[in-house]
Amino acid sequence: MTNTEQQVSELIKREYEHGFVTDIEADSFEPGLNEDVIRRLSAIKNEPEFMLEWRLKAYRRWLTMEEPNWAHLNYPKIDFNAISYYSAPKRPEDMPQSLDEVDPELLRTYERLGIPLHEHAKLAGVAVDAVFDSVSVVTTFKEPLEKAGVIFCPISEAVQKYPELVQKYLGSVVPMGDNYFAALNSAVFSDGSFVYIPKGVRCPMELSTYFRINAANTGQFERTLIIAEDDSYVSYLEGCTAPMRDENQLHAAVVELVILDNAEIKYSTVQNWYPGDEHGKGGIYNFVTKRAACIGKNSKVSWTQVETGSAITWKYPSSVLRGEGSIGEFYSVALTHNYQQADTGTKMIHLGKNTTSTIISKGISAGRSSNTYRGLVKIGPGAEGARNFTECDSLLIGDQCAAHTFPYIEGSAKTAILEHEATTSKVSDEQMFLCRQRGIDPEQAVSMIVNGFCKSVFQELPMEFAVEAGKLLEVSLEGAVG
Amino acid sequence: MLSIKNLHASVEGKQILNGLSLEIKAGEVHAIMGPNGSGKSTLSQVLAGNEAFEVTEGEVLMDGTNLLDKATEVRAQEGLFLAFQYPVEIPGVSNMQFLHTSVNALRKHRGEPELNAAEFIKLARETSKQVDLDPSFLKRGVNEGFSGGEKKRNEIMQALLLQPRLAILDETDSGLDIDALKVVSDGVNALRSADRAILMITHYQRLLNYIVPDFVHVLSEGKIIKSGGRELALELEERGYGWLGIKDDAETAS
Ligand SMILES: Nc1ncnc2c1ncn2[C@@H]1O[C@H](COP(=O)(O)OP(=O)(O)OP(=O)(O)O)[C@@H](O)[C@H]1O
Ligand SMILES: [Mg+2]
Repeated sequence: MTNTEQQVSELIKREYEHGFVTDIEADSFEPGLNEDVIRRLSAIKNEPEFMLEWRLKAYRRWLTMEEPNWAHLNYPKIDFNAISYYSAPKRPEDMPQSLDEVDPELLRTYERLGIPLHEHAKLAGVAVDAVFDSVSVVTTFKEPLEKAGVIFCPISEAVQKYPELVQKYLGSVVPMGDNYFAALNSAVFSDGSFVYIPKGVRCPMELSTYFRINAANTGQFERTLIIAEDDSYVSYLEGCTAPMRDENQLHAAVVELVILDNAEIKYSTVQNWYPGDEHGKGGIYNFVTKRAACIGKNSKVSWTQVETGSAITWKYPSSVLRGEGSIGEFYSVALTHNYQQADTGTKMIHLGKNTTSTIISKGISAGRSSNTYRGLVKIGPGAEGARNFTECDSLLIGDQCAAHTFPYIEGSAKTAILEHEATTSKVSDEQMFLCRQRGIDPEQAVSMIVNGFCKSVFQELPMEFAVEAGKLLEVSLEGAVG
Repeated sequence: MLSIKNLHASVEGKQILNGLSLEIKAGEVHAIMGPNGSGKSTLSQVLAGNEAFEVTEGEVLMDGTNLLDKATEVRAQEGLFLAFQYPVEIPGVSNMQFLHTSVNALRKHRGEPELNAAEFIKLARETSKQVDLDPSFLKRGVNEGFSGGEKKRNEIMQALLLQPRLAILDETDSGLDIDALKVVSDGVNALRSADRAILMITHYQRLLNYIVPDFVHVLSEGKIIKSGGRELALELEERGYGWLGIKDDAETAS
């Protein structure tokens, strides 16, 4: 083992902070998946008929599909009948109307996670929807948001209160048959967030959803739908953690963004699911479909993700740039260590004229992990004047890990301009020696070097999230110099 | 302050230092000269604790304690500083952040309060001016895209910031133009003090016009084969290394 590796292996041995289990009474389904399970799920959620029909249709589609195996991932076959599709903390029949009705044990859980659900707490500028296993437990700041005309609620609530909106947009961006995991999610999704920003409204605060998987043998299938009407803006943050368990757990989410004329959605993720232990035991399988439809003229989506968790990550936040002049951005930091595997990247589908996209991907691999960037830039025949800039950089720590880059380019309008840059570098022994010679301990040195490598992505995170990302990597002094 | 006794060291199985001994006292400036490949940088790397080098025999005491037992960063925290012959780049990490982290690591070790960003920036700007380096360099990545001369000035700036007990300067003068040589020498002279020692590695006696050493040593094949005062450097310049029994083909071009 070289010197750098040793230091790094110490660094990454640091225990997963969020690995505790909350001892809470839960109502859970027996493991297993069939039409009855879906009917029960829909009934528990008191869903209108259209929703049940939609779920069943998706389920039947799913049965005809095969699990994809094109990703650069290696994992045993998932037994979908060994998973429970619903688990919710036991509590009064109705949704809690205020924090006082929320189980104090749950509040403590979120406090331990550093996510205060009290509106006076330090995250005062951020409205939070907390999703615990299969249900949303609380949404904060509902009133000021309602005043601004913004709808921010659990999707289960939206299905009942705003069925027209849900019916119109659910599955409009990610069709139920889009892919294996999206079909599964469409059939069994349990909760998630719904956001509607009306025309001309700039959402007065950051919106945030925290997902927590607590129960054992439970899958989490959340569904998020965000609609930004003409001339609106919203910044949405998503965070997630899970207890340490020896078994793998499945998380298969779908996120759909609908963006109309001159509207903008900034969607940020800090994904910190339990990654498994240093021997590769346990951890979350994270199979996620995220897509934005930039339908409107000059609409814009900006995806920023910091992916440090999960045993396996399969995730390609995509942007369909249909509106003329629409813009898609993707900023990603994916860090893998131990036996983690990540296959992540983005798709930028240029359909409209003068659409532009930017992709900045930073992959960091340590330990025996494997980190793959997979990106597609597709230029449709009508996408005159389309532009893409792609930069994917890989940083290797030690020499037992792997980094792969698969940039795909499809089609090409003659007027399109595509630029691609890629680098692979290593945290070298010489760099470590320089840092240590200046009195900096190895752990701090690695974190500083990694932080520097990711700087251009971290700058894209909203302030509130930079704090969280900074818990993973030190906050930089950059910008302090005038 | 520093006592090197019979030091043997190898790298990748190749023996480089072959019984090197040297005593350095506080307040002294020592210059080490010697042909390419004679082991000058190896000596500095071994003293600083580069784990690529293996010490096979001998001992080194710094302030009476065994230096070789200590981790690299501990040696640095206790006041050993090495200005690298070839400073590496750390892309994306700003010089400012790097230096701030470094200064605070040393302060913490000494039990002094850490400097906050504002305090540090003030100090760093003053120090950068001392080596005629524009403060904008503080914002750039560590050594990233610096010219050879800028890298060397950056190293001296770090020495001035960190105020080490023992500063080892490995060819800090090479690649400098006349003006930069003057600036760097002024920086080194500013470091000179009664409780600090300086070990300079150089090929050029010219540097010793600016920084007058107390002792000059000639290193050959991993050993000090001759020591003397300031005048030894002049003699070397005139006569080369040949008269010392070193093969002429190993002679430097200086
Ligand atoms: N990492 C290494 N791997 C293999 N050989 C090495 C390594 N580092 C140094 N050496 C060898 O050790 C010998 C001494 O090198 P060193 O850098 O100490 O010389 P030097 O006296 O500083 O020379 P110069 O005046 O050219 O800087 C050289 O033959 C060099 O090739
Ligand atoms: Mg050398």
